[in-house]
Amino acid sequence: MTNKEQAEAVVSPFRRPSPGTHPPEDPAYRSTALRHPLQPLVQIPQTISEITGPSYPYEAIGPVDNDLTRQHAAAPIGERIIVEGRVLDDNGRPVPRTLVEIWQANASGRYAHTVDQHDAPLDANFTGTGRTITDEEGRYRFVTIKPGHYPWGNHYNAWRPAHIHFSVLGPGFLTRLVTQMYFPGDPLFPLDPIFNSVRDPAVRARMISSFDLSLTVPDWGLGFRWDIVLRGRDATPMLP
Amino acid sequence: MSDLTPSQTVGPYFGIMLDGRRQCRQVLAAAAATPIVIEGQVFDGAGNVIPDALVETWQVDPPSDARFNGYGWAHTSADGAFRFETIKPGRVPAPDGGTQAPHIDVSVMARGILTRFITRMYFEDEPDNAADPILALVPEDRRTTLLARRAGERSYRFNLVMQGAGETVFFDV
Repeated sequence: MTNKEQAEAVVSPFRRPSPGTHPPEDPAYRSTALRHPLQPLVQIPQTISEITGPSYPYEAIGPVDNDLTRQHAAAPIGERIIVEGRVLDDNGRPVPRTLVEIWQANASGRYAHTVDQHDAPLDANFTGTGRTITDEEGRYRFVTIKPGHYPWGNHYNAWRPAHIHFSVLGPGFLTRLVTQMYFPGDPLFPLDPIFNSVRDPAVRARMISSFDLSLTVPDWGLGFRWDIVLRGRDATPMLP
Repeated sequence: MSDLTPSQTVGPYFGIMLDGRRQCRQVLAAAAATPIVIEGQVFDGAGNVIPDALVETWQVDPPSDARFNGYGWAHTSADGAFRFETIKPGRVPAPDGGTQAPHIDVSVMARGILTRFITRMYFEDEPDNAADPILALVPEDRRTTLLARRAGERSYRFNLVMQGAGETVFFDV
């Protein structure tokens, strides 16, 4: 659907998130201190501008964009993994044909980014970025290497749990989500202010992938499953 | 009811993800639309620029041109600056049956921002602003934070202040 067609369609607003799902700030994550509004957010109704959203040209996705182990001359160093899952809405419906992007540190815990000066080796065979479009059932799949832990400057001896950054567009401006996927059993979970900014343990757990033997490729690499749930539309349609 | 995946910060390294995007820039339509440039800076609560913000824009009302997809994004530079080349949006319907003044939806993410903050950019030289139903919900003394200032024939200036004096109005929507 072009966005002109979207604009003319009768579509419903998106359900609002439960309180606490997306906390705006956290004193333990120091960089939030000066970067969140102090004035209350102004509540507004959803209009045609919010219930429609951007799309992405499918032809811009290259054949190895979802395989981070095959983007260079040789294989990157590290433990190969498969990450697969579905993008759903909170009505339980798949979100098809939407852009999913990832970026991550290499196996040593270093990003291929000039700002990252962590004293760990870069890997000439690993950029650490991928993108794909979900299929009709909302499925995505990436092949990559397991990202390393790395230190950061938030407090003394601060280390991030291993994670992959995910960016998803979804069907509307309000479904846009950027988040991080974690790996089961990481010993750094109790110590990480970013992970723990989501206060409810049950909600927090939605960010942790599961080891999945059915996704695991024999003699090759472990599989992890992780579903992403975006805001779904309310049942009541409204005219734009 | 909700089992939403929580938001997490984009962190400082999202630039490597943006570098990999191809062929998805807003493409300017030829005849029907007015090309404009929007420039601005993002500031924190101490008045310092935010050099690692991801500013995204979305506008409906596309011209009849499949090359324009209404979606823009920018990684702020070392001086906290962003720049969008797009087209001037037109009026769009309002939920009450009226119309909304020309505007662009804006979201801001950054290191130190756990969930994105959403706002709107309006144009200071639009007479329709006076009747816009969303602007009407914003306290009058803060509405100017949503108005892009005319900076030239076809250019506008729009700053985003995350906190403190002149704090931009952000929405719960």
